[in-house]
Amino acid sequence: MGQTASDAIVAAEHGAVVEQEGVRGRSPWQLFWYRFRQDKLALTGLIIIVLLGVLAAIAPLISHGIVHHGPNQLFSNTMLTQGGIPKGPNGQFWFGADSAGRDLFVRVLYGTQTSLEVAVIATGFAVLIGTVIGLIAGYFGGAIDTLLSRTMDVVLSMPLLLFAIGIVAACSTTIQGCPIGPLHLTPGLPIVIFVIALFSWPYIGRIVRGNTLSLAQKEFVEAARSLGASNARIMFREIFPNLVAPILVYSSLIVPSNIIFEASLSYLGLGVPQSIPSWGRELSDASDWFTVAWWMLVFPGFFLVLTTLSFNLLGDGLRDALDPRTGR
Amino acid sequence: MTRYVIRRLLYVILVILVITFISYVVFFLMPSGNPAVQFAGKSPTKALIHQIEKQFGLNHPWYVQYGIFVKHLFLGDQYGWPGFGESYNTREPVKNELFSRAWVTFQLAVGAAVVWLAMGIPIGIVSALRRRTLIDRASMGFALFGVSAPVFVLGLLSLWIFWQHLRILPGTGYTSFSSNPAEWFLQFLQPWVVLSLLFAAFYARMVRGNLLETMSEDYIRTARAKGLPERRVVFKHGLRASLTPVVTMFGMDFGLLLGGAIITETVFNLPGLGTYVVQAVNDQNLPAVVGVVVLAAFFVAFFNLVVDILYAYLDPRVRYS
Repeated sequence: MGQTASDAIVAAEHGAVVEQEGVRGRSPWQLFWYRFRQDKLALTGLIIIVLLGVLAAIAPLISHGIVHHGPNQLFSNTMLTQGGIPKGPNGQFWFGADSAGRDLFVRVLYGTQTSLEVAVIATGFAVLIGTVIGLIAGYFGGAIDTLLSRTMDVVLSMPLLLFAIGIVAACSTTIQGCPIGPLHLTPGLPIVIFVIALFSWPYIGRIVRGNTLSLAQKEFVEAARSLGASNARIMFREIFPNLVAPILVYSSLIVPSNIIFEASLSYLGLGVPQSIPSWGRELSDASDWFTVAWWMLVFPGFFLVLTTLSFNLLGDGLRDALDPRTGR
Repeated sequence: MTRYVIRRLLYVILVILVITFISYVVFFLMPSGNPAVQFAGKSPTKALIHQIEKQFGLNHPWYVQYGIFVKHLFLGDQYGWPGFGESYNTREPVKNELFSRAWVTFQLAVGAAVVWLAMGIPIGIVSALRRRTLIDRASMGFALFGVSAPVFVLGLLSLWIFWQHLRILPGTGYTSFSSNPAEWFLQFLQPWVVLSLLFAAFYARMVRGNLLETMSEDYIRTARAKGLPERRVVFKHGLRASLTPVVTMFGMDFGLLLGGAIITETVFNLPGLGTYVVQAVNDQNLPAVVGVVVLAAFFVAFFNLVVDILYAYLDPRVRYS
């Protein structure tokens, strides 16, 4: 998606240069970027996200090269008291230990990986499905639109977590998971990603449908049609490029809710399996231990809130830059 | 109007049918274990499993079971109307369990709704009227934090601070109002506030955005031009138009909450529908799961209907025919 956006900027700049003589016009993308750069909070959010991404990517390097602890390595002798209570932060265990005697710093570090991975992949699928369905609904209108829009309404008004729990639990009872058509959903990350995507695509779908509805009436669509362009070509080559900006904005706004979604499932013990570190699972662990081990609550909680906060800052900044009328 | 309400009620029934159907499909087409085996205890005999299957109607194919379920739901079963069947776990009628759980969730949802409306709407109004001031920045900072912090992080932090360290609020659990009103209030205070923060944040943002938009409309300028006091312009003319979307949102959110605030109930260990359904899912207790789903779907659809009818009174432009 970033690729598409930067391509569009390059293309826009190219266009601007070609038609330039005298007064320099600015393409919408240039204006967008110009406004975005003014927004200190959004830039801060972007920087934190990049840092977290780097941290997630080099998690193995840090855990093996610097602290020399693996994410699932148990230190029950050194980091648990006689009574089995985890010990707090010290020189080797920066965030202390969790209830199993694992290095919480390493768990939180790898948790970043899990969280970003799940949220970004799930959002990617949601954007893909939402864009295609939204385009079809908005472009064809009529009965197709009614059917697809009603479907989106129903999905949006369903108790999401309730259904997510049901599906994840039903698919996690056996190792094979649930084969749904060509998709083979095995317990763990695949099923969690599937469920999150399943319940978040209508947000994108609605936005895309709304925009497509008005774009489909524009002259350039009529022009393309009179030149004999196929429906598919009009939808994906003519209309779609105009949708990139809103899609970008709204996908950056559903990433934080998807992060919370994954953390909530893990908190309930239904998300990713034990062996994969996750903030939600560490926090669920903390719910039994925070009275004697504050670090188990504070560190994963801090990272979780920092991440969602950064994505929300970025998303708000992108939205304001795109549409200054919504401004702060 | 009557025809409109009837049509919408039929739609409510349709939504419930669709949603229960999905629940049945999810639970039956997916390779989870046979509940009868689980129910029969250790080393069950074939005959015992057969008997249990027969007792709960598990020997029929799933679509027949779904048909029986729908029939019982609308016409009632041996435990009366509406028929939700019998819990696989406790062998109690699901209906009784559902209703006692729903009461706890109801108290949680109503309290939280009061808190979030009392916080979100005034914050939104003040932010919009004092745009770009310190108050506005602080409020929107709060709102941003509210939408970013997951309920279980807030809940655990709140317990850590107010229960463990300051010792001014009780810990997790449920006290009924009739047994001890003061304790009931204190016990619910944390869940109410924690649950409401997310909504308060959303509502503050929404009210602010709507009010800012409304206040730049022509009719507001007209109202000011004819010399109305600013207070009247804001509250009589501005707010009325900008609160209608809030009403829609509220109906939806409140309906959804009545189906169980799963995370909040889990964190604070409240015996509501949310904790009930999590337990039921873990036990593969299908009648209990479907019962909660039906109830949740009903609340959502019902409150949407209420909101749509309210709309006609709030917004004179809306007419139903």
